[in-house]
Amino acid sequence: MPATVADSRTPVLEMKEIVKTFPGVKALKGVSLKLQKGEALGLVGENGAGKSTLIKTLGGVHLPESGEIRVGGQCVSLTTPSVSQSRGIAIIYQEFNLAPNLTASENLFLGKEVTRHGFINHSREEDLTRELFHRLGMDIDPRAKCRDLTVAEQQTVEIARALAADAQIIVMDEPTAALSKQEVDKLLAIIEDLKREGISIIYISHRLEEVFAIADRITVLRDGESVGESATADVSKNQLIEWMVGRPMEEEFPKRKVDRGPVCLKVEGLSRGRAVQDVSFELREGEVLGLAGLVGSGRTETARLLFGADPADSGSIFLKGAKIDLGNPRDSIERGICLLTEDRKEQGLILIHSSVENFGLPNLKEFQKNVFIDQGTEVDAFKGYVNSLKIRLSNPSRKVGELSGGNQQKVVLAKWLQRNADIFIFDEPTRGIDVGAKYEIYLLINQLVKGGKSVLLISSELPEVIGMSDRIIVMKEGRIQGEVNDAQRASQEEVLELALGEQVLAK
Amino acid sequence: MRLKPSNFGLGEYGMVLALIGLCVLFSVLTLNRQSGEGIAAERELTKVVLDQFPADRAVLVVGAENTSSATMAENVYASVVSANRENVRLVVGGPRDLRDALDELVAESGGLAGIVTGGDASKWLVLEQIEQNYPAFDSFKIVVPSERLWPDFLKASNLLAIVERIVVIAIIAIGMTMVIITAGIDLSVGSLIALSAVIGATVVKHMGGPEASGWAVVLGFFAGTISCGLIGMFAGGLVSRFKVAAFIVTLGIMMMARGLAFMTTGGFSIDQVPDSFVWLAQGRLWGIPNTVILLAVVYSIAHVFMSHTRYGRYIYAVGGNAEAARLTGVPVGTVIVLVYTVSGLAAGLGGCLQASLVRAAAPNMANMYELYVIAAVVVGGTSLSGGSGRMFGTLIGAFIIAVIQNGMNLLGIKSYAQMFTLGAVIVLAVLLDKARQNGGFRRLLRGG
Repeated sequence: MPATVADSRTPVLEMKEIVKTFPGVKALKGVSLKLQKGEALGLVGENGAGKSTLIKTLGGVHLPESGEIRVGGQCVSLTTPSVSQSRGIAIIYQEFNLAPNLTASENLFLGKEVTRHGFINHSREEDLTRELFHRLGMDIDPRAKCRDLTVAEQQTVEIARALAADAQIIVMDEPTAALSKQEVDKLLAIIEDLKREGISIIYISHRLEEVFAIADRITVLRDGESVGESATADVSKNQLIEWMVGRPMEEEFPKRKVDRGPVCLKVEGLSRGRAVQDVSFELREGEVLGLAGLVGSGRTETARLLFGADPADSGSIFLKGAKIDLGNPRDSIERGICLLTEDRKEQGLILIHSSVENFGLPNLKEFQKNVFIDQGTEVDAFKGYVNSLKIRLSNPSRKVGELSGGNQQKVVLAKWLQRNADIFIFDEPTRGIDVGAKYEIYLLINQLVKGGKSVLLISSELPEVIGMSDRIIVMKEGRIQGEVNDAQRASQEEVLELALGEQVLAK
Repeated sequence: MRLKPSNFGLGEYGMVLALIGLCVLFSVLTLNRQSGEGIAAERELTKVVLDQFPADRAVLVVGAENTSSATMAENVYASVVSANRENVRLVVGGPRDLRDALDELVAESGGLAGIVTGGDASKWLVLEQIEQNYPAFDSFKIVVPSERLWPDFLKASNLLAIVERIVVIAIIAIGMTMVIITAGIDLSVGSLIALSAVIGATVVKHMGGPEASGWAVVLGFFAGTISCGLIGMFAGGLVSRFKVAAFIVTLGIMMMARGLAFMTTGGFSIDQVPDSFVWLAQGRLWGIPNTVILLAVVYSIAHVFMSHTRYGRYIYAVGGNAEAARLTGVPVGTVIVLVYTVSGLAAGLGGCLQASLVRAAAPNMANMYELYVIAAVVVGGTSLSGGSGRMFGTLIGAFIIAVIQNGMNLLGIKSYAQMFTLGAVIVLAVLLDKARQNGGFRRLLRGG
């Protein structure tokens, strides 16, 4: 048998021709992948390509109809999550599985507590936890409650938990979605260490830069099939995107040419506690103003103050020259300000209700005849947006929670467009959204400003802020650190320097 | 692309089927020989009188007072007289009245052609003993309508009993459904029934007691209902303004309201009420029982409100995700105050009905009713986690509970076993609902 050196080793994990169908949908149509010891495999693909389903079959959540899973060369049947764990597979889902009111070490040993004479040995657990955190290079108090930890720290707890369970294969689903740049770097360093220890990683991410940085090989899924596989060194970013979307990719950020109008929103000395301190800026009609900064720099908090979601301690807001006081979101919406929250699932949408109900919620007065809601008008209006925003859904009465991230974002956008808002605050508009849908969101932002609307764009992805904004203001620790007037010519370093408040590069 | 009517889901079909199934089951189990009644029986008796009874002798039409046989007797008498048959006598009362009528006939030395009767009156001993006791009469006939096979369960009187049994719970369940859809709970409704009833009865007592006018009764019921609405509004205010758990707030109010009810009457019950007091729950309008009309009207209004108005949609939105609703411009606080106010008003109205049904108001009445109300809502498919549920589902849930209780009564099942069965049904209903949401029982058992 002619085999290369790499192939001759037994892979720690091999998935062959995995098929999984849900009522009406064939989610996986025969996906195969291989994972070697100490290797990081990048798994990429658009939303709905089948990545989540694939890792859920690995995690024992879904049982595939056909296909074979081999762990260490041995054919296994992963019927439940605990069987999967006992085979040395640990899955870190995008939504962490941590009990917020338990401490880090309690979470780490949840279900496999260290006991002495039948009682939990807390001090031993804490020592072991400290050791694991040390191994991961993180300094976290084992007694800290998980709800008080940052996202990056919670992630470390998840990884430590996988190590405590002696996992040989760790799957990470979108691990960096909510991390800042340094935290991402830290995570990638941890993954390098794990690889060196012989642990294999499956790394799922929309951020191709990270995948290129960490993965040894990359497998691409599209529509439930593995459409491409390559060593990272042998493949270009454009090739990957082409595999993912099934067609060659145009430029990443669509160009636009819009003349900026007069100032429509002016903010002066806006403050709330330590999160937002003395923030002032202006927003013009037809302008995209980028709001950059690290996670925790006060960007989201500023947006919430503008929208009236939280009360401000001090400061004033002028809308088209007139001073307004924003008491609550209701008043803001009435004045034409809308917020597309960073967390669509918790704050933007009612997931158990249909997309048309979510769309109609702020617009019910408009659809009202006498005192009754005219559901025909409501559905017709929504269908208009389904066409114009290219929302892909089979049925407007389906739960919005079943839609992909991109389509959910479009439903949120549709409800505010119908409300005829003038100022759109986008907080992380493309988080968790795949490449193709991202581009569509960018096009929609361009259409908005072309129509004379104003956009405040908050994003953790520097290329996105730079590529989409006319001007950028950068926040650090609740204050505005600086402003970049010509965003098109800004460099990532320039923005990052402001965000960090220090020189990153020797000039 | 089409819009499926999402407000009538699989779950409710399931509930309707379950209700129909229960009705069929109890109908089969209570199938019984019934003495004839109704229009067909009246026609049959009228025909017998006109065709078979010789016109030269007297005919007695007999009914037992305050039963369906009295109505039948009156109707037969009327149609026989209008057919110009003479010498017909109507006897509505007790066995003694029949004996008096027969004695009178003997005294007049008139002959007896026959007696037509039915229902309870046909079982009187007097009828069997006429031949021995009244040898003067010869060749007379006693005719009753032909018997038929019909379930006890489906008798009009039994169906009305079911409605009367459930009307209070069903009406309060409207408010409770709204509260539970906002992901809240209202434990105070049972106590508010008692409070509303004693407030209403106290007003009536002070305005003349048994001699009080109809307006006094209206005023009393109004006072009781509005007081409970205000208490509900207070509870809603606490829940929305101070973000206190609804369970705790309404638990406190449950005890406070019960205490107030006892304080209002000094611990006694009030039964000095005028006849008009019972009209609300026992009267009829155009021949239809008021309770049935009331249920139909309030449930229709509640359904339209929930599915076709702005605030109805807001209620679902608040329960589905309160923060997302707030950030979409829904007045969350107002919505919460609204649902608890409606719940209070519904409990107040329920209290008036309960007092009217039993013709008295007692501070210890309607104990534990809040649990029956919650059971009706949950059996009707409303999720305790909020955001989903339907008014008609709740109505069906209430009827399922009532039909099970009534059916077990008819079958002579002991009350302890009834309590056990009802509890088991509630648990089963919730399990079925969970299985439906999760897509099958196997998933549910796997804990997936």
